[in-house]
Amino acid sequence: MALAFDDYGRPYIILKEQESKNRLRGLDAQKANISAGKSVARILRTSLGPKGMDKMLQSPDGDVIISNDGATILEQMDVDNQIAKLMVELSRSQDYEIGDGTTGVVVLAGSLLEQAERLLERGIHPIRIAEGYEMASRIAVENLERIANKFEFGETILEPLIQTCMTTLSSKIVNRCKRSLAEIAVKAVLAVADLERKDVNLDLIKVEGKVGGKLEDTELIYGIVVDKDMSHPQMPKQIEDAKIAILTCPFEPPKPKTKHKVDIDTVEKFQTLRKQEQKYFDDMVQQCKDVGATLVICQWGFDDEANHLLMHRNLPAVRWVGGVELELIAIATGGRIVPRFQELTPEKLGKAGIVREKAFGTTKDRMLYIEHCANSRAVTIFIRGGNKMIIEETKRSIHDALCVARNLIRNNSIVYGGGSAEISCSIAVEAAADRYPGVEQYAIRAFGDALESIPMALAENSGLQPIETLSAVKSQQIKDNNPHFGIDCNDVGTNDMREQNVFETLIGKQQQILLATQVVKMILKIDDVISPSEY
Amino acid sequence: MAIDRIFKDEASEEKGERARMASFVGAMAIADLVKTTLGPKGMDKILQSTGRGHEVTVTNDGATILKSLHIDNPAAKVLVDISKVQDDEVGDGTTSVVVLAGELLREAEKLVASKIHPMTIIAGFRMAAECARNALVEKVVDNKEDAEKFRSDLMNIARTTLSSKILSQDKEHFAKLAVDAVMRLKGSTNLESVQIIKKPGGSLIDSFLDEGFILDKKIGIGQPKRIENAKILVANTAMDTDKVKIYGARVRVDSMAKVAEIEGAEKEKMKEKVNKIIGHGINCFVNRQLIYNFPEELFADAGILAIEHADFDGIERLALVTGGEIASTFDNPESVKLGHCDLIEEIMIGEDKLIKFSGVAMGQACTIVLRGASHHVLDEAERSLHDALCVLSQTVNDSRVLLGGGWPEMVMAKEVDALARKTPGKKSLAMEAFSRALLAIPTTIADNAGLDSAELISQLRAEHQNEGCTTGIDVISGSVGDMAERGICEAFKVKQAVLLSATEAAEMILRVDEIITCAPRRREDRM
Repeated sequence: MALAFDDYGRPYIILKEQESKNRLRGLDAQKANISAGKSVARILRTSLGPKGMDKMLQSPDGDVIISNDGATILEQMDVDNQIAKLMVELSRSQDYEIGDGTTGVVVLAGSLLEQAERLLERGIHPIRIAEGYEMASRIAVENLERIANKFEFGETILEPLIQTCMTTLSSKIVNRCKRSLAEIAVKAVLAVADLERKDVNLDLIKVEGKVGGKLEDTELIYGIVVDKDMSHPQMPKQIEDAKIAILTCPFEPPKPKTKHKVDIDTVEKFQTLRKQEQKYFDDMVQQCKDVGATLVICQWGFDDEANHLLMHRNLPAVRWVGGVELELIAIATGGRIVPRFQELTPEKLGKAGIVREKAFGTTKDRMLYIEHCANSRAVTIFIRGGNKMIIEETKRSIHDALCVARNLIRNNSIVYGGGSAEISCSIAVEAAADRYPGVEQYAIRAFGDALESIPMALAENSGLQPIETLSAVKSQQIKDNNPHFGIDCNDVGTNDMREQNVFETLIGKQQQILLATQVVKMILKIDDVISPSEY
Repeated sequence: MAIDRIFKDEASEEKGERARMASFVGAMAIADLVKTTLGPKGMDKILQSTGRGHEVTVTNDGATILKSLHIDNPAAKVLVDISKVQDDEVGDGTTSVVVLAGELLREAEKLVASKIHPMTIIAGFRMAAECARNALVEKVVDNKEDAEKFRSDLMNIARTTLSSKILSQDKEHFAKLAVDAVMRLKGSTNLESVQIIKKPGGSLIDSFLDEGFILDKKIGIGQPKRIENAKILVANTAMDTDKVKIYGARVRVDSMAKVAEIEGAEKEKMKEKVNKIIGHGINCFVNRQLIYNFPEELFADAGILAIEHADFDGIERLALVTGGEIASTFDNPESVKLGHCDLIEEIMIGEDKLIKFSGVAMGQACTIVLRGASHHVLDEAERSLHDALCVLSQTVNDSRVLLGGGWPEMVMAKEVDALARKTPGKKSLAMEAFSRALLAIPTTIADNAGLDSAELISQLRAEHQNEGCTTGIDVISGSVGDMAERGICEAFKVKQAVLLSATEAAEMILRVDEIITCAPRRREDRM
């Protein structure tokens, strides 16, 4: 390194306190980055596929999470390295965009990096590798589109949707009852789906969990479940044909926002104030009663007096209902959220066929079910399970399944799973590679090899001979010109994924390849890492 | 190299075999810890809290022991969690579930050591658990139709549950108490209406069930101590100074005379309120909040019994038993439902005065008064009784009953073994392991009683080859005996929950191949 000196012979300072900073340059930087990325991918590699293992994570507060979901694992991992953080981001963006395939995308990125390292050693410039990857990813995505199948589904033909959700769920701990969970997920999505616009608002699906019972007791409720009970222990526990007033104002004396003081200096004032106060409570309850409400759901608390008045007037009420839940209730029952008692009108009331309180187990846990709503567009998936960790993991799995079902409604193309899509892409990419002149050819070929790492990891996790199985499947695909052959993870006896009913969404797969390529390109372009020294 | 550290400083990562070993060891350590408390001859543990006073708890209840432990091993936490859930859901079997999960993992460890993939083991366990459950379902007895028999079933269950607890000496007495209490609930699982009052002194056998309702409160001074044919108003209202609730209101005066005036108005207001309450035509007033001296005096003048500061549960229960409503406003005396009872009187238990409401309108609630030598004994007695009540109330809803004394485990083990012999593939090894783990429960019961477990289990196994066999381990006589004759029963629901949650937990731990521990959160430095 040539140093520039000024007139007095002192070197120019380009980086402040250069000595105390760690700096990696050139090939070293790339290699360090690559190996960091690889080691993240290595952690997730064993979680891939139906026979993948789980990871146990202990959070900084000592809570234990057991998960198989790539995004969750990475998020909880408390990663410090910058490149590793990029991989975490990668999996997160796959989670936001698609919701599933979060493990696969990281494994793919890891193996792309591994291949790149080999090319770097041969002296190929990183930018050329990046460009080659870019071309290859385009070929792969096109190939995916070519091999994708469309399938039709409707209100009555749910089977294909259910099968796809089952593929997602089979890699999770809940695979024992994947069939019923997949059905629940599909029904939930269809209940809220807007088939015209081909869109699904997943916010309308509430996933609620309660410890106890068993996984099989998980149910889909066409309505809302709220983890609250009636404000007064003696209110009726069941209301039929409920008319619901949804309030965001407390049953308490008013608190004007402006600062004020009411000074009491005479006995008369004291008495009028008191009368005023009593009247106030009375009015509030009366207003609710007048519009014909038979149930009051309120975001805020009740004063004791108001509570009794409600009870007394035979008006059941629920207090402290969260804002999100309140909105869901409003959507489900077709009611309006009313911020002031004066604005209550009969049209603004929500309607529900039945509202009931249900008790669980030996503790005094109670939940409120609001069912048969006027507008059944909001549903709740109510998960039961042996312990907290199972419930949390089930929630994550259900989320994945819901996302998959939503993606299918948006775009009903599917590719076959079990690594068959990757193998087919790898064949296509390798065939295309030979036609490219120039150094990129090597990078494209490497991309093809990297794609094979996913079926390879699948086979490895399923306890098969990875290389042997992969080469057999690959030759079978080429020989029969059939892109549906994949890895037979469950030992069913056939590796035609079409027969096994293992599907994945097309957009999910495409997104995986695109996202992974992008991140790898980014990592490859880094040639200088400057990190501050420990302080 | 820089890449060796992708985690933060104090985070650690354990992989593959090491991770699996760590979780196996942790889980088995927990199981071994509570193992010795299993069964009628199980031993108790002393727990000393690290908090102020180093309070001591003596207990035999698995959930209580595990709840109080400070555990660092993540796998062990899974087991603690299942025991807690078992406690919440069915109330009993908290030790068994942990022991079974521990044994399953112990067997799994051997299989893993002989190079069988954990996923294969899980598949085997799942099939075995399903088969075991079916075997139980086939053998259950349901006496719901026959009230007489059902009651004797309940008695048997209560006796069996209590026999492993501190109450075992007086199990007959307590079993009767528990069954009576639960039968009064009429199918509801809401145990809140069974109140347990603990009063040190006397001996456990002096404990009794009171048909009525006992409130651990004193009667105001100068008020009647005994009321017949009481009309009770249950209320939740401020009886100190009734504040003006309109926000921002405050008293601002410029002379002492005005202060006095306002004070007078306040008093007047309170008096008015009291008069309104009296206007309900009551002779007993129970409030959740404090009653100050002034209103108390007014009540005393009117000859009304006023009870202050009854807690939330007390109020709810009282409202439940007397059939009154909890009132907070008193303007419409005609429509407020009052509670009724035949007699309110002050009674003495030991040295404490309590108020007893007898002859209440609704017979659902009742009170169990526990007497015992010390607080530790009483606490443990309460836990035991709670277990029994939970099991009984669950049994009332799901009246399927099994025999006890290791009988269900033997039945399941036999079926699972039979299934293993029919199943090709490595899964069968896992199933055999499952049946061995099931046998560990009767083995532990026998071991804890100081019996020759190997001998007894083998006898038992031979007996169980006969169809319709009802033999199990009789710990009292130390031999194999007919469980049906000895009336040792267990609720089906408990056994099923034990089986399913233990398998689920074992499965979860088996699936783990990597443990990542984050750096502990830094506490704010307050020094």
